[in-house]
Amino acid sequence: MAAKKPAGLDRRKVVAALLADRGDALVVTGLGSPTYDTYAAGDHDLNFYLWGAMGGAVMAGLGLALAQPKRRVLVITGDGEMLMGIGSLATVACEAPKNLAIAVIDNGHYGETGMQRAHTARGVDLAGIAKAAGFKSATTISTMPAVQAWLPAWQKKAGPVFADIKVAATPAPMRLPLRDGTAIKHRFRSALLGADAIK
Amino acid sequence: MTTDQQTSATVWPDEIYEVLKQAGITQVAYVPDAGHAKLINRCHADKAMRAVSLTTEEEGVAMLAGAWMGGAKGVLLMQSSGVGNCINMLSMIEECRLPLLMIVTMRGVWGEFNPWQVPMGGSTAAALENAGVIVHSVERAEDIRETIHACTALAFNTQRPVAMLIQQRVIGFKNWNK
Repeated sequence: MAAKKPAGLDRRKVVAALLADRGDALVVTGLGSPTYDTYAAGDHDLNFYLWGAMGGAVMAGLGLALAQPKRRVLVITGDGEMLMGIGSLATVACEAPKNLAIAVIDNGHYGETGMQRAHTARGVDLAGIAKAAGFKSATTISTMPAVQAWLPAWQKKAGPVFADIKVAATPAPMRLPLRDGTAIKHRFRSALLGADAIK
Repeated sequence: MTTDQQTSATVWPDEIYEVLKQAGITQVAYVPDAGHAKLINRCHADKAMRAVSLTTEEEGVAMLAGAWMGGAKGVLLMQSSGVGNCINMLSMIEECRLPLLMIVTMRGVWGEFNPWQVPMGGSTAAALENAGVIVHSVERAEDIRETIHACTALAFNTQRPVAMLIQQRVIGFKNWNK
């Protein structure tokens, strides 16, 4: 009997599992659904929600990881956002920050713009690209047990660490976080650096 | 000066380095340019600085946004041709009101040989200003120290994007016969 193709994971359950025990990690989210998923998992002062600047999530994560080498930094982004900044995987691999992890919530589609198919639904292998760029750890995940098994990797393993997590293309209910960028900045920096950081 | 070969007597890259150092810059993101070669080398040699080579200039905009979120100061070095690559990413700088210090070496405007440099060189300042970046241009090497000092203060004290354009007249012509 041929194995039934998995229907795809629930993106909200995936992101909730990733963040259930986030400790003092700093989180950067790519625009669109990953930003909403992260908020739906529980708002947090140390979430840097991006609502634009497509292609920039991983590099924002790199700058943050280099600035805060003792903290874990997790970038949660979408497959379309990752593809737009695909060169940043090469830059991150060259810099090899030990404290940076990237989780792509990959639904194979551009969910914000009408569910057009993305390259990842047409055979492009993001984990393969990350591995070829030089990531120490790069994997494709398509089951919840594998998501659970990846938690110690993003939280503790010497980075950079990458996972492409295949999820269903089903839209999740709208959950919209703070979207004023300056307010997000002040909240994040005062939580991380203290009240003087926004003087 | 009729060549882009910086000699050991060329002091302005050292002056820029000293100002950046004094300002506490720890992250240096760049896409290489001959005009920045000496400064890039000095930053790589400094253990307190992290010099990061990018695949495209917009990576540096996002990286330095992350740096500031984490409490670090950075600088982004590029050639004028790279400015066009940054435009949408600069929206993050304006929307989050983040500081961004850019140093842009100009091509396509003074004694240029390569016609492909002319379109972006001609629109560099306007493109930056349209994207909300404050632009200061230097035409003479002796003005560089004061200008980078002013740009650095403006960027980090007011949390605004500021670019210093180093005009091609300062850098010199590229020697195509070498």
